[in-house]
Amino acid sequence: MFLTLLKRELMLARRNWVAVLIPLFFFVIVVSLFPFAVSPEAEFLQQIAAGVVWVAALLAVLLSLDLFYRGDFQDGSLEQLLIMASPIQVALSKVTAHWLVTGLPLVLISPLLAGLMHLNYAPNGAVEMNHTPIMMLSLLLGTPTMCLLGAIGMSLSLAASRNGMLVAVMILPLYVPILIFGSSVITASLANSGYNAQIAILAAILLFALVLTPYTTGKALKVAVS
Amino acid sequence: MASFSKTAGRWFHQLGSPKWFYQKSVKWLPWLWISCLALFAFGLYYSLWASPVDYQQGNSVRIMYIHVPTAVLSMVAYLAMAVCAVIGMVWKMKMSFMAMRALAPIGAAFTLICLFTGSLWGIPTWGTWWEWDARMTSELVLLFLYLGFIALHSSFSDRTKADNAAAILAIVGAINIPIIYGSVKWWNTLHQAYSVTKKGAIDPQMQTPLFIMIAAFYVLFIILVIIRLRLEIMNREAKAKWLQQEVGLGQESNAGANG
Repeated sequence: MFLTLLKRELMLARRNWVAVLIPLFFFVIVVSLFPFAVSPEAEFLQQIAAGVVWVAALLAVLLSLDLFYRGDFQDGSLEQLLIMASPIQVALSKVTAHWLVTGLPLVLISPLLAGLMHLNYAPNGAVEMNHTPIMMLSLLLGTPTMCLLGAIGMSLSLAASRNGMLVAVMILPLYVPILIFGSSVITASLANSGYNAQIAILAAILLFALVLTPYTTGKALKVAVS
Repeated sequence: MASFSKTAGRWFHQLGSPKWFYQKSVKWLPWLWISCLALFAFGLYYSLWASPVDYQQGNSVRIMYIHVPTAVLSMVAYLAMAVCAVIGMVWKMKMSFMAMRALAPIGAAFTLICLFTGSLWGIPTWGTWWEWDARMTSELVLLFLYLGFIALHSSFSDRTKADNAAAILAIVGAINIPIIYGSVKWWNTLHQAYSVTKKGAIDPQMQTPLFIMIAAFYVLFIILVIIRLRLEIMNREAKAKWLQQEVGLGQESNAGANG
């Protein structure tokens, strides 16, 4: 059942592939604004790279949520899905599809941003180190949590009258922990110190969210169609 | 034991009735106001005049007597809100959803006062009105959670949906508060060793007025919750006959409807 639902979500996304690419463009554009706004110096960009990439990823995930929930809610298919399968299955299939279509591409395109933000910059004479894999790992562990938490906020606001900003206001405070640990993985790597603890905590938060949030999202989806 | 459970059951049942609460709470309010004013009179005198001046902070230490109680209540209010949300979701009690809605703006106000007095206190003692310290940051996030809750609840046209959706958000937020606090604390210790919230022994001459002020704020909090809850009841039960009689609207509208 889960696979059927997932296939349906992915097929819908494929038929609407331009809309699926928009979050990706958004991610790249937001990050590339910072050199204009702050300073194009490599040393400086390297320092803010972790935070900028992470915040941009958060916003890209938040803004892409609409695609997977709004349409189904408006044309009534969400109601049919909830009759057909358990709310947890519906929630999980939507989150998985959302991550595969938005989260994973964000991770895959992040090396480009690492280059733009001079993440691997080394001053003259210093040994150049490659921090890009660490950044990808932190995003790989962080983006699923973003999708899981965002799903709660999106489903809660489905039946509400105003929602674009509402989801952000509700969910962004809940993103604080992963933002802290996610960007501190990269900062720790830049400072040449250990980052295993942060990686472990990111993974723990992901598992925690994976267990609890599908149930909550399912509940919220049922409230939305009630 | 049997009589206890009977009493508890009746109490639970009565609290679940808006009519019972609306009629009884009028009688509680004067007593609560009297004790609140007495506690504040005594507490303010004790904390602002009778308590000693801190040997390092001078008179600015007196901000503590407002700051600490509001900080305590900002968290108590959120906890109460989450408990109301759970009760409402599980037992479908309408009173608990009303209480949840009534608590949110009060909790947000206390959080705001706590942050404001905290920054006032920070200027003379730390030399800055804001520091990204663990407690301050989590208090700020708490304010955002309150605002998210209020924003969500007020953007539905259907009240049942609003209650259920906001209840889910309150519960999710409650689970997140310890995580947020832990993460912020951890992040902070990574960056700076300087700790502004070191716990030291507090002098009993300062501790007693602090406890009195906490008690005073607790009573004030209860009064505010009752007032807002009564408003919420009036708002939601506006069509109930008992409420129309209570506010003296009953006769004419009844006559009109029946005649």
